Amino acid sequence: MKHYKSQLALIVALAVSLGVSLCSSSIDDYYLDIMLNVGINVILAVSLNLVNGHTGQFSLGHAAFMAVGAYGSSIVTLEMGAAMIRVFGGSSWFAEGLTFLIALCVGGLCAALCGWIVGVPSLRLRGDYLAIVTLGFNEIIRVVLQNTSGDGPFGGALGLKGIEPYTNFFWVFATAAIAIYTISALVNSTYGRGFLAVRDDEIAGESMGVNTVRYKVIAFVTGSFFAGLAGGLYAHLRTTISPEGFNFLKSVDVVVMVILGGMGSTVGVILAAVVLTVLNEFLRDFEQYRMIVFSLLLIVMMIVRPQGLLPATVFQRRKQA
Amino acid sequence: MSQFLQQLLNGLFLGSIYALIALGYTMVYGVLRFINFAHGDVFMLGAFTGLYVNKLLAPVLAALPWPVAILIVLVLSMAICAALGILIEWLAYRPLRDKPRLNVLITAIGVSLLIEYTGQLVFGATQRPFPAIIPKVNVGGLGGLTVTMTQVIVAVTAVALMIGLRFIVMKTKMGMAMRALSLNPTASSLMGVNNSVVISFTFGLGSALAAAGGILYASLYPSIEPFMGILPGLKAFVAAVLGGIGNIPGAALGGLIIGVTETLVAGYSDVLGIPSGYRDGVAFVILILILLFKPSGLLGKVEREKV
Repeated sequence: MKHYKSQLALIVALAVSLGVSLCSSSIDDYYLDIMLNVGINVILAVSLNLVNGHTGQFSLGHAAFMAVGAYGSSIVTLEMGAAMIRVFGGSSWFAEGLTFLIALCVGGLCAALCGWIVGVPSLRLRGDYLAIVTLGFNEIIRVVLQNTSGDGPFGGALGLKGIEPYTNFFWVFATAAIAIYTISALVNSTYGRGFLAVRDDEIAGESMGVNTVRYKVIAFVTGSFFAGLAGGLYAHLRTTISPEGFNFLKSVDVVVMVILGGMGSTVGVILAAVVLTVLNEFLRDFEQYRMIVFSLLLIVMMIVRPQGLLPATVFQRRKQA
Repeated sequence: MSQFLQQLLNGLFLGSIYALIALGYTMVYGVLRFINFAHGDVFMLGAFTGLYVNKLLAPVLAALPWPVAILIVLVLSMAICAALGILIEWLAYRPLRDKPRLNVLITAIGVSLLIEYTGQLVFGATQRPFPAIIPKVNVGGLGGLTVTMTQVIVAVTAVALMIGLRFIVMKTKMGMAMRALSLNPTASSLMGVNNSVVISFTFGLGSALAAAGGILYASLYPSIEPFMGILPGLKAFVAAVLGGIGNIPGAALGGLIIGVTETLVAGYSDVLGIPSGYRDGVAFVILILILLFKPSGLLGKVEREKV
């Protein structure tokens, strides 16, 4: 049993999220909404942590991949949802769930494909190119979506409306649990050693035969995939999406979560995502100061405590020999 | 044909502004090996300082002939922004001099956001009209082409600044120190160069150029807001990479190429069949292409990474 601890934890997490989901109607709508936001942000933060934390690259366009996932999955449910439900035997929780699952996967795969297209040219190089390319990609996705025709599948500047509200407690927290499990498993595998080698010393890693570009691309594409899933969940929670909702600031929000929690520390990043999402909700009155505080936080953290508030070492348990 | 020439000319004017901003990126990269994300925001601050200098000195400036007035506004704003640039370096980047590059990059993003949102709080989020310091007249004598006085001033100022920069970098002692530092920081400090002073000077110089770019841009497109620096900054960065980052003539060349390509794509959007709204995507496509085919840029040298 000892060897299957993390798998067991995953199954327990899935069961618990299903259980809570079944009685979610007794939770206050406002708090349920905050909880779902927390879950989505946890997925985003954990997946960005794989790129920015474990692999030591710097992506600034997580919201862009979220946008790709959101649009991809919404277009599937809007354009083909009705037909798919009919194929799966009429309107039932099973047919709707299966449709949503397919839509989410399509969104995630679209985001992963975009991640591959953006990642391959910029990750071959050392340095800060990924940051600027992803920042540019974030802007471009927004510009492209805004310039699509209003009555086409992308809905132009106004975005998409009337998306089915499929997202519930189970979907969000099951995806979060799967994201956390997958990324932890990845980091603790041979791949994870590759990621760490890239982060700690690329030249040394390369001379030891680590294909650094391959590991960087794997990390980046996996991160993009989960961002896409988060985007799909977000779209089916809000039921309307617009290009403006996935701007650079959304990316910065996620970056702040990763840095505050401690780059490379999964537990720290999850906690930071939870705390920041809840704080954001309760400090809505101070909206105009929020970004000033965030930016100061980034600068001060880098100067005073670059390893984050809860660095990975705190939670690392030494294996007994 | 004349439409093509007109578009080409408009592109060159826009490109000369991108070139001014790109020079700052490339110089800072040359001495510190990092991308100063906040550079585009110094460009924005340049435009706003221009606005406020013009407002404060309005009675004095009105009495002077307009070329002198422009010169005063330009020089004052450049000086103020140079001081700001040095301050930014001193407060945010200097404590991280020996830290990993990623940390400096994150700080730079923090500084950029801080400037934008403080700007939003101080200047207000709405678009502000930029005063017409340059009279709106057309300059004739160029065949069928329309060239406004603003465009002439933009081109003349940009070229003059670039020649001035070339002189500083190639002929002065400080310029020699800058070149030495970008070649090898340890060796240059062993040879008696005060690296910190040179870095401060570089930031000052780059910020002054960005401020000039900001005022010129605001004269061409007279409406300014706290987030106006993001896209021109991004495009100027692409220009710096296109020319070969760290290479000063390359940045100028890259700026012109980006400006011309962007204007041509927007001008011929119906012929090419793409909406003119996509003009902002041009620089990004160029960036991906350079990174794929020639990451060292047009004029850059391939750098070997040493262990």
